[in-house]
Amino acid sequence: MTAHDLAASPDRLSARFAACRAEGRAALVTFVTAGDPDAATSAAILAALPAAGADIIELGMPFTDPMADGPAIQAGNLRALGEGMRLRDLIAMVAAFRKADTTTPIVLMGYFNPILAYGCARFATDARAAGIDGVIVVDLPPEEADELLPDLGASGMHLIRLATPTTDTARLPRVLEGASGFLYYVAVAGVTGANAATAGDIAAAVARLKAATDLPIAVGFGVRTPEQAGAIAAHADAVVVGSAIVDIIGAGAAARVNDIPARVAAFVAGLAAAVRNRQSYAA
Amino acid sequence: MNAAVPPASLRAGPDANGHFGAFGGRYVAETLMPLILDLDAHYRAAKADPAFKAEFDDLLTHYVGRPSPLYFAARLTEELGGAKIYLKRDELNHTGAHKINNCIGQILLARRMGKTRIIAETGAGQHGVATATVAARFGLPCVIYMGARDIARQAPNVFRMKLLGAEVRAVESGSRTLKDAMNEALRDWVTNVHDTFYIIGTAAGPHPYPELVRDFQSVIGTEARAQILDREGRLPDLLVAAIGGGSNAIGLFHPFLDDASVRMVGVEASGHGLDTDAHAASLAGGRPGVLHGNKTMLLQDEDGQITEAHSISAGLDYPGIGPEHAWLHSIGRVEYQSATDAEALEAFKLLCRVEGIIPALEPSHALAAIMRMAPTMAGDQLIVANLCGRGDKDIFTVAEALGVAL
Repeated sequence: MTAHDLAASPDRLSARFAACRAEGRAALVTFVTAGDPDAATSAAILAALPAAGADIIELGMPFTDPMADGPAIQAGNLRALGEGMRLRDLIAMVAAFRKADTTTPIVLMGYFNPILAYGCARFATDARAAGIDGVIVVDLPPEEADELLPDLGASGMHLIRLATPTTDTARLPRVLEGASGFLYYVAVAGVTGANAATAGDIAAAVARLKAATDLPIAVGFGVRTPEQAGAIAAHADAVVVGSAIVDIIGAGAAARVNDIPARVAAFVAGLAAAVRNRQSYAA
Repeated sequence: MNAAVPPASLRAGPDANGHFGAFGGRYVAETLMPLILDLDAHYRAAKADPAFKAEFDDLLTHYVGRPSPLYFAARLTEELGGAKIYLKRDELNHTGAHKINNCIGQILLARRMGKTRIIAETGAGQHGVATATVAARFGLPCVIYMGARDIARQAPNVFRMKLLGAEVRAVESGSRTLKDAMNEALRDWVTNVHDTFYIIGTAAGPHPYPELVRDFQSVIGTEARAQILDREGRLPDLLVAAIGGGSNAIGLFHPFLDDASVRMVGVEASGHGLDTDAHAASLAGGRPGVLHGNKTMLLQDEDGQITEAHSISAGLDYPGIGPEHAWLHSIGRVEYQSATDAEALEAFKLLCRVEGIIPALEPSHALAAIMRMAPTMAGDQLIVANLCGRGDKDIFTVAEALGVAL
């Protein structure tokens, strides 16, 4: 799909990045797994995220075999699957969210098999109709993406591409081919929830990506604290925090507390404050 | 999905992107893609290098003990009363199974790429033992991921791996079997891409693994083809091999794929039965999907969640199958049958009794299919079955199934 096609339909992602840029700051992207720890609590968490300061929501599609995820998100996937969360339930959850919030972008993240089982064309149609803006498919590299990209393009959804420390300059153009929405930089070679990269490494990596694309750069993997989020916000267009939030959900579920959405919101507010206190690299 | 167009030779696949018809490919995280592409380039170079083949062949001869015999099982043939049955004795290899063929090839590739650390997944432990063996032989540190449930049922192999200097890491996630061990190995690999080589144990995973594992295992079929021509002066009528991921079967079948007169039967594990939830027959009971780097036939629910496989044989207990088998199944070149836990046990006992060979539970599934087919064939017809592993490792499982306290 072309930039023109996207411009013709309401594009929450570009509007949100533009708004953050106008405020001279990076965007905060928060990851939670749909249905974790159960459908009702997950919907309440989703509803609480924008007010807590999440600019973009990354919503995990549960899968039995999350090969690129560390223990925190593996556990979140299993909690959601244990409660019966399916892709159609996730889509319905976003449709319900959209009744109250028409502006916060929602990007799905997960693995290809549940999409394949749902049907690529049907997925693109239903997800877009529910108000989903894009999708990150961890195990669908550019080499295999033609199976999904045309359907996403036809419905006006972004296929968010991933760049990593191993994506060298020779390969980068392949990754950027057909990329839209933003570019997700995986800051460390590893699984989610791993150790953090240094701010210096991230600054250098973002500069290298900026030289190759005009897409906003979001940085994730290993970002656990407001301090880390703030440091990365100084260099990137967006900061992604996932496992640290999922850990709060997991701990709350294990302790059977009933205020998990409030606990998540309090943590996200801290992240948002840290991100807002830093001037973004792009501004 | 588009129907596959068979190339002129059925042995020509995969294409440059690793596709066998609608199956195969490279479905991995971006962190691994550059490494996968690098592995592919190194494998192309190795394949074209006579020195690589010479070293591989030398190790197979003097370290593994190849060629393995093609043995005419006269008493089994007499017992079943039909076709003449030959057994390809890959259970006589060093380490007791066909797995070592592939491990030799991959560790030579690892050394060629300058990698200094080896990881692998294992189900029954045979691939773990073979990997630990070659890691010791080449002096490289080695970590084996093994499902906690498999560790409990394969204690002798766990001890073997430790004796060989490997670190065995128990995998407690998911169903705690082979698929979860593979997830964990992939997580290790993505974290240690700079120095680590992942020795995948079956003809599955992202391209070029299904191709290179097949190529290394094809020594089985290449030898068997020459041996049967030497013994009988003609090609066999039927090849039979058990299928988990399918590396021993593709190794036997591949050199015969263009021989139209040779019928081939792969035997999946149907556990408690195909009409139950407890089986490992991904062709008979699965649908196309993507897992562990390739598109193939998978046991999954309607939402695309992977379901647990079951087989009495830990080595067949996997919800997928190599992509080349999925393709050969889709075009009908290879026929796929199944055998239950109970049928495999009967075949296991039969081979012990009439041939003095204790087979592994994996090839016991192939023998179970032969017990059905051989009696229906003429006395001058020829069957070659791959006896891909010996059964010492399985005696505890078999004793339990037979209600014997050791």
